[in-house]
Amino acid sequence: MYRYDEVDARLVRERVEQFRDQTRRFLAGELTEDEFRPLRLMNGLYVQRHAPMLRIAIPYGLLSSAQLRTLADVARRYDRGYGHFTTRQNMQLNWPELAQVPEILAELAEVEMHAIQTSGNCIRNTTTDPYAGVAADEILDPRPWCELIRQWSTFHPEFTFLPRKFKIAVSGSVADRAATQVHDVGLWARRNDEGEIGFTVLVGGGLGRTPMIGEVVRDFLPARHLLTYLDAILRVYNRYGRRDNKYKARIKILVKALTVPGFAAKVEEEWSHLKDGPATLEAGDAERFAGYFSAPAYAKPDASAQEELERTLGAERAFARWFERNVHAQRQAGYYTVTLSLKKTGTPPGDITSEQMEAAADWADRFAHGQLRVSHEQNLLLADIGAGDLFAVWQLAREQGFATPNIGLVTDVICCPGGDFCSLANAKSIPVAEAIQRRLDDLDYLHDLGEISLNMSGCMNACGHHHIGNIGILGVDKNGEEWYQVTLGGSQGNHAALGRVIGPSVARERVPEVVASVLATYVELRHADEAFIDVVRRVGIDPFKEKIYAPHH
Amino acid sequence: MPRIIKDGQLVDDRWIVLRRGELGELPPCADDDDVIVPLDAWLADPAFWSDRPGRCGVWLAPDADLGPAGALVAGLPLLAVDFPVFTDGRGYSIGRLLRERYNFDGELRAIGDVGRDQLQLLWQVGFNAFVIKAGQDVAQSLAGLDCFSEHYQGNYRDPQPLFKRSRPAT
Repeated sequence: MYRYDEVDARLVRERVEQFRDQTRRFLAGELTEDEFRPLRLMNGLYVQRHAPMLRIAIPYGLLSSAQLRTLADVARRYDRGYGHFTTRQNMQLNWPELAQVPEILAELAEVEMHAIQTSGNCIRNTTTDPYAGVAADEILDPRPWCELIRQWSTFHPEFTFLPRKFKIAVSGSVADRAATQVHDVGLWARRNDEGEIGFTVLVGGGLGRTPMIGEVVRDFLPARHLLTYLDAILRVYNRYGRRDNKYKARIKILVKALTVPGFAAKVEEEWSHLKDGPATLEAGDAERFAGYFSAPAYAKPDASAQEELERTLGAERAFARWFERNVHAQRQAGYYTVTLSLKKTGTPPGDITSEQMEAAADWADRFAHGQLRVSHEQNLLLADIGAGDLFAVWQLAREQGFATPNIGLVTDVICCPGGDFCSLANAKSIPVAEAIQRRLDDLDYLHDLGEISLNMSGCMNACGHHHIGNIGILGVDKNGEEWYQVTLGGSQGNHAALGRVIGPSVARERVPEVVASVLATYVELRHADEAFIDVVRRVGIDPFKEKIYAPHH
Repeated sequence: MPRIIKDGQLVDDRWIVLRRGELGELPPCADDDDVIVPLDAWLADPAFWSDRPGRCGVWLAPDADLGPAGALVAGLPLLAVDFPVFTDGRGYSIGRLLRERYNFDGELRAIGDVGRDQLQLLWQVGFNAFVIKAGQDVAQSLAGLDCFSEHYQGNYRDPQPLFKRSRPAT
């Protein structure tokens, strides 16, 4: 993974000192609340229901074991011994003291971590595919490109005060696992007819209040032009994006107002001045960044380990079930990526204790070259596990409550912190997720249902990505009470789609029953092994609606 | 005399910013005052402003259309960009365009809601003079110019991004 050089380390230290001084001036009354708010947000610090919330950046979801140990240590000493992985691959601490935040940041800086631009109206953490470098369908490794974007976007002097937040996602594969269609800018790697590497550039996707699927603004951008083209997009947005209404300030509204061809023409005009400028990659640049992410030395596939694995899979049913759901074969023969499920019933989705972090860091050192990945589905991954180590990893994962065999299943809920923590939320989300998980705790039934994504947000800001869940649940406020609106048919990936609302919102206690009814209807309607999303696409939402809103007898 | 930050120093300042009143009128000024006038006022009668004994600069609102105006004002000794609130970042792009596309090489001044936490970024996109807002200490604000000793991306002061500058010699 990318390791800081002296300059990276110095810049992060300087940011800590800058923020320490800003905090001091605020506490001394030299900065007003209005002046301090944008400054602290740009450093990931919110003021929440109980205490400040600090969002720590995990650039493109990549973590070293040393970093995870430090997060564990910080969470234990400055917080309550746990952290929360977000849908943008970052970590949130829910209970730090404002006055201690500079100290936390100083400790994080020691392991090349920070909270830079994890909030505020600036360019946020770039996200990508957790299977980067190991996926079979990879066109290019997205990580070097994410690192280039990280450097380009960090303290960008022109784009620090944008109309609204700005999120970039990069997919390097044929299958889009980075949700590029629901980001302000989505970059989707492809090769043109001449074999040249580049990106399809999507702009204006996003969830929130006005969910939209991104539009193709440039079908093929040669990769060497990435940064100057991003400069052109951001400049058009910075100058012309709406600033009079924060709900209409995302780039998607600008794209809509100008039309896609109109927006694209403005970007091209701006780019004509910037193209081939100093940020254009030259021979060797991309290779140098790729070198930061060089693959470990993979051993030749070990035939006896593979046989042993097959034998254990045949003998141990629980292990086989875990292998089926939580383990992915890599393109490197004999190696696997293991997902540690953070979706155990009874634990808020994405939450992880300090003890679990330390355990996972130890396994990363022992089995996975000291590296881990955070997925936007809020799980933790260990790549490059040899066939012969899988059984040991499973046993360890079980001891730590990480081995729920539910990755991709309906209980692998994507969920925001909701009304228990977040001051923006209209409704709680964590207890609702738990109630759904409890209702669906029959593993055989869950496995029979197969792949279904269930995403839940506690308000229309959509941190839980409910619009793109096959089943989406949104908390709404109805005369001071918490109600929930259900959508069906949303999906991420190559055919990203926004779910459709099935009808009036339902009371909290009815949500598990509604989900169960949706699933039962699916089972009735499916042909052979037809997936949930395919059934919804085939029959529409009406059959589900009828079932749920049928008069009770 | 008010003090501002210019080219990294505290200096006395004699320029007067003319902002229109509620009825659209410009406040009165003496013939020999150095004034910074709204873009539209200057465009309406450039000769009037250049024939006065006092010097004349122009200030731009964040939504200024640089179209033909950019080239016209680029020969003036001073241009200012107004920041109605510091979170309105449009002026950063305007600064950069004035420097890089219209080759303006006079004084580029940030006015309005300008404080120390914005200074280094403003400097990087081409501003070299800063009128610090009321309530913040001008001398202490100087520190805001050098919070960071490096920058990743190219900017007006140094167009080369870090990844080009730190490239091992071939």
